[in-house]
Amino acid sequence: MWRDALLVGAKDLKVEFASRVGLNQIVPFALAVLLLFGFAVGPARPSHAAAAGLFWVSMLFAAVLAVQRSFAIESADDAADGLRLSGLDPAGIFLGKAGAIALELVGLEVVLIVVAAIMYGVPLSGVGVLLAASLLATLGLAALGVLYGVVSVGARVRETLLPLLFLPVAAPVLLAATKAWQASPGFSTARGSASGWIELLAIFAVVYGALGALCFGPLLEDR
Amino acid sequence: MALAVCLREAVSLAGRFPVLSGATIAVREGEVVHLSGANGAGKTSLLRACAGLLRVVSGEATVLGHDLTTDRRAVRREVHLLGHSGFLYDELTVQDNVRFAVRAAHGDVARVPAALARLDLAGRLAGTPAGRLSLGQRRRCGLAVLLARSPRLWLLDEPHAGIDEAGRKLVDELIGEARAVGSTVLFASHELEQARGVADRTVELAGGRVLEVEVPPAPQAAIDRPVRGSEDPVVDADVA
Repeated sequence: MWRDALLVGAKDLKVEFASRVGLNQIVPFALAVLLLFGFAVGPARPSHAAAAGLFWVSMLFAAVLAVQRSFAIESADDAADGLRLSGLDPAGIFLGKAGAIALELVGLEVVLIVVAAIMYGVPLSGVGVLLAASLLATLGLAALGVLYGVVSVGARVRETLLPLLFLPVAAPVLLAATKAWQASPGFSTARGSASGWIELLAIFAVVYGALGALCFGPLLEDR
Repeated sequence: MALAVCLREAVSLAGRFPVLSGATIAVREGEVVHLSGANGAGKTSLLRACAGLLRVVSGEATVLGHDLTTDRRAVRREVHLLGHSGFLYDELTVQDNVRFAVRAAHGDVARVPAALARLDLAGRLAGTPAGRLSLGQRRRCGLAVLLARSPRLWLLDEPHAGIDEAGRKLVDELIGEARAVGSTVLFASHELEQARGVADRTVELAGGRVLEVEVPPAPQAAIDRPVRGSEDPVVDADVA
């Protein structure tokens, strides 16, 4: 399983590196969302609480694009059939695709955090909390995205079906990651502990990781 | 000789439509069988079912000893389907595509350079992204995967389509070499003369069923062939 996961993950990253869709389209899109939502909040600099929310809304929309891209490359030339035909472990395919998407999103988060720190004054002093929340939220989004990505891949309306399926279920990640950030030291909203929200993010990542590893195979076969 | 493919009254569905509606066919190991029939006759569906990509919902289906009605994933590492699509990633180079496909199937990547050279894909073309290849070159890339994987059962859907005369001859050579090393080849083709030159026999399909078994004047007669017009090719192939 892990061998297959590494193989598929490396292949997906290689495809993304060659096509540069992530760099040329997903990063600018996420930046546009972050900045436009900031403008919509008002002329004054958004509060720390709002900035955390803006960051994770941008990440959520970017995750939809990353998942769509990950399955678009499998739709072209029926490459998904090639994956099935090769006899790869479906759980390995799931973990490989989720891992590749998670790495892409981590790269995006680095860019967005820098922009959020400059534009909205997001404090980076509570780096431990920010890192833990970001990592777990990213893993959860990637696992959830791949699970719903394979559901939508065979559908004729997959471009609209994926966001429809993904966004409502990803709402707990948006909420927990935002709350964890807001509770981080250095935020003006910091009260209490972020550990509860981080635990929720961990549970979400583990549950959807396990669910995806179990269900990806049957979903891939029945698409 | 053992059977590589044995389908009895196999039914497969695409949605609710039966793309195989009781197909019965037996193919012995080492045999080269040509599937003929009009568009929509079920040739591609038969090949996809044999590859374990299409579910057989009723009847019997055994490929290389694996019962496809209970576990159709088990057979996949031992077969390769070269269909209308080459399962290629446009962004990856020819070499990377072939290496990935071979590695994914737990094949020997040391065979890749020789396979690329055989298909005239070595050198500059090996480093070219698949998205920049012509249709014929993409077909050759698919054939390189097949050659490097060296499966026990070759499933070819219109292998002569979209390639030049030299490529067609090469396809025939590869099929002959596969037979020589004991692999089984099942291929669909509308190009009857080309197909009959390489096949041991032709099986005709219509409406998702096997109509008849024809014995063409094939170059090799290493096995006893079913009689033309037989009502039950499975019985003819000594299954019963």
